[in-house]
Amino acid sequence: MIAELGHFALILAFVLALVQGSLPLAGAHRHAVGRDDGGWIAFAGPAALGQFVFIALAFVALTALFVGADFSVMVVAANANSQLPLIYKISAVWGHHEGSMVLWVLILALFGLCVAVFGSNLPATFRARALGVQGLISAGFLFFMLLTSNPFARLVPAPADGRDLNPLLQDPGLAFHPPFLYVGYVGFSMAFSFAIAALMEGRVDAAWARWVRPWTLAAWCALTLGIAMGSWWAYYELGWGGFWFWDPVENASLIPWLVGTALLHSAIVVEKRNALKSWTVLLAILAFSFSLIGTFLVRSGVLTSVHAFATDPARGVFILVLLVAVIGGSLVLYALRAPALTGGGLFAPVSREGTLLLNNLLMTAAAATVLLGTLYPLLLDAVGGPKVSVGPPFFNATFLPLMAPMVAVMAVGPFLSWKRGDLAGAFSRLYAVLGLAALVALAVWYFYRGGPVLALVALAAAAWLLFATLAEFADRLGLFCAPWRDSLERARRLPRAAYGMTLAHAGLALVIAGATGASLWREEHIQSSLPGDAVTVGGYEVILEGVRQVEGPNYLADQAQFTVRREGREVTLLEPEKRIYAVSAMPTTEAAIRTTGWGDLYVVLGDASEDDSGAWTTRMFFTPLVVWMWIGSLLMVAGGLLSLSDRRLRVGAPRRRKAKRTSDLEKETA
Amino acid sequence: MKWKFLLPAAIFAAVAVAFAVGLTLDSQRLPSALIDQPVPQFELPPIAAIDDGDPYGGGFSSRNLGGGVALVNVFASWCVPCRVEHPQLMSLARDHGVSIFGINQKDKPEDARAWLERHGDPYRAIGADNDGRVSIDWGVYGVPETFVVDAEGRIRYRHVGPIMERDLTGTLLSMTAELGP
Repeated sequence: MIAELGHFALILAFVLALVQGSLPLAGAHRHAVGRDDGGWIAFAGPAALGQFVFIALAFVALTALFVGADFSVMVVAANANSQLPLIYKISAVWGHHEGSMVLWVLILALFGLCVAVFGSNLPATFRARALGVQGLISAGFLFFMLLTSNPFARLVPAPADGRDLNPLLQDPGLAFHPPFLYVGYVGFSMAFSFAIAALMEGRVDAAWARWVRPWTLAAWCALTLGIAMGSWWAYYELGWGGFWFWDPVENASLIPWLVGTALLHSAIVVEKRNALKSWTVLLAILAFSFSLIGTFLVRSGVLTSVHAFATDPARGVFILVLLVAVIGGSLVLYALRAPALTGGGLFAPVSREGTLLLNNLLMTAAAATVLLGTLYPLLLDAVGGPKVSVGPPFFNATFLPLMAPMVAVMAVGPFLSWKRGDLAGAFSRLYAVLGLAALVALAVWYFYRGGPVLALVALAAAAWLLFATLAEFADRLGLFCAPWRDSLERARRLPRAAYGMTLAHAGLALVIAGATGASLWREEHIQSSLPGDAVTVGGYEVILEGVRQVEGPNYLADQAQFTVRREGREVTLLEPEKRIYAVSAMPTTEAAIRTTGWGDLYVVLGDASEDDSGAWTTRMFFTPLVVWMWIGSLLMVAGGLLSLSDRRLRVGAPRRRKAKRTSDLEKETA
Repeated sequence: MKWKFLLPAAIFAAVAVAFAVGLTLDSQRLPSALIDQPVPQFELPPIAAIDDGDPYGGGFSSRNLGGGVALVNVFASWCVPCRVEHPQLMSLARDHGVSIFGINQKDKPEDARAWLERHGDPYRAIGADNDGRVSIDWGVYGVPETFVVDAEGRIRYRHVGPIMERDLTGTLLSMTAELGP
């Protein structure tokens, strides 16, 4: 009964999405050609609300089926089990193709609802068009679900128990990483809809950029968090101490992130300087297009990947048609309309716009490189070439050289003024920073002599970015030159967006430092250990005490006890596990990690030796600085959120901002 | 209209075509370095005797191949997809008269016997590859895998994964027919 209600709710949502995707667009067009719109525009808001309500109902129904362990429903039988802990019964709702699509459209509808509710400052026709485009996307995906991936399909006869959730997904890190990733992917649909609406209207201006930015920023924050969570999960769960594998699924999330980051920055140029309009519109289209392609790559089976737990080639054709309609259609509209978007502000190459544009190009080039590396095996196969796989060496050799100049420029950009910057002036304030970065490089060289040169360069770059960001912040506050009371006053008046930038840029510097340490200085020991054996890793002495059996709710595990000593003193006890999940008989490793600011000690229990000698394979890693990668990622997200709360974005349109500002002034004088 | 604004659409069109072609490709199709090469030299014992009974058949070696078109199928009783493809193998042997040889990989003799008794024995001869060494010589990734060997004893085709109904009608039957009896 619940399943049928959920199915029915999805059908109703589809009908409402069709209404939202047709009438408001037609109404806005009639309005534009000077005819009466017949009230059609007004359909947009209620349709968005209704659509959200019905999709939410379907989502609740699916959750109820999972929590109630109704194995007569196919996806529940395939992805849950009566022994599964409640939290993973809930996360199992989106742990497979059908359910993740429900979550996808739910988030899409939620964003639509937000525009309907908070978009009162948008012009009526523009809002109707943006919501109409959202409705079309939503209709396409709901149609796809209803035809090829109905989450409410029944299974006759119903099995007594389910096949259980993939054990790799039974982990808090991965359970809650897809929702954030989806908020990111889907959030770019708002920028996309706004871009299409602007192309239809034929107008892109500062106000448009200001409307687009908060949605992009929200999506960017979620995507950053989602990627960081995924990377963190890979780090502690896969048991190899690595954090990024250049796997197609990881790349599928990195590409929209790179383009979205570029969009975030070029929207600033449109807002402040009325330049780079058609470029920004293109980025808005591309960010969402790459999100869609990411979804396509994961689900269609067109690329094989270790992460793809939801693939089915039969669905591929449908997704491809959808992609061609959405991406192809919007790019053709772009080709027709973008030439008419004339830029306003001119600027010199050395200026803040100039550096933003340069980094935009570098980031887009990096995204294109990652895309090429991901698709190359497929493209080669399509023209009848051999099967190849493109691995980390390609990405490291192409991605890093593009990131290096970006980081270098990123540190200088904020010191330049709009329109025409003074490079010499900027550098005069960066001498100290340059000196500090050189000092860091020297210190690194001294302590890690014989280590890879790349690590030296990368850490110097991270230091350069971090100190330049801090210097720029100090500069704004007039620290060390103005009286501290003035600085405090300036700090109070500084817009939150400025704090956001400082945090996010400093966060990136930490991520670079962490990634460098964790990948280039990683120490790795694999050995066969008997109880009592000691291994020296990263200055720690790790002693295997013994291995015992422990029992979890739905798994059995071998748990090892390692005492960890440093300079003869016992510092901690580490207990890595090797689990066998009862239903799927699938083994997973649970690494034990001791985290410090200098690095993580990472211990993994492997297999018992086959000859009954009592020896166990053990893997131990020391990954320097890795914790800074997670801290840096969180700083970037915090920076994004802080910038999102900037009142410039909250109050929206410039007209209203002016009104608010005068009222503020009155308050202050009063 | 300036051409540069058309560029994104043009690039996307190319990518979409590649996707479309990619969708039609079989992701299970893994080429083998052994295609058109003679079969590796090997000698496998029969499935071992249990409780002082007779061994199962007389074993399987490279000498069995080369007399005519044959399929070499790598299977095991512990392998679930092998059960899926078994009816197709039975049909090939019974209805189409194709000679099939089996490599029983890393199996217990009693399990292998029970399995063949329960599901039927389509094989002309079976070799027990207890340590999986011969499977490695054949370049086997996983069980099940099937090779088409021509009358000269050369490997002509490799099928990874279970043989489904559509593989039977699609490739295997036409291949064996084309290569002659």
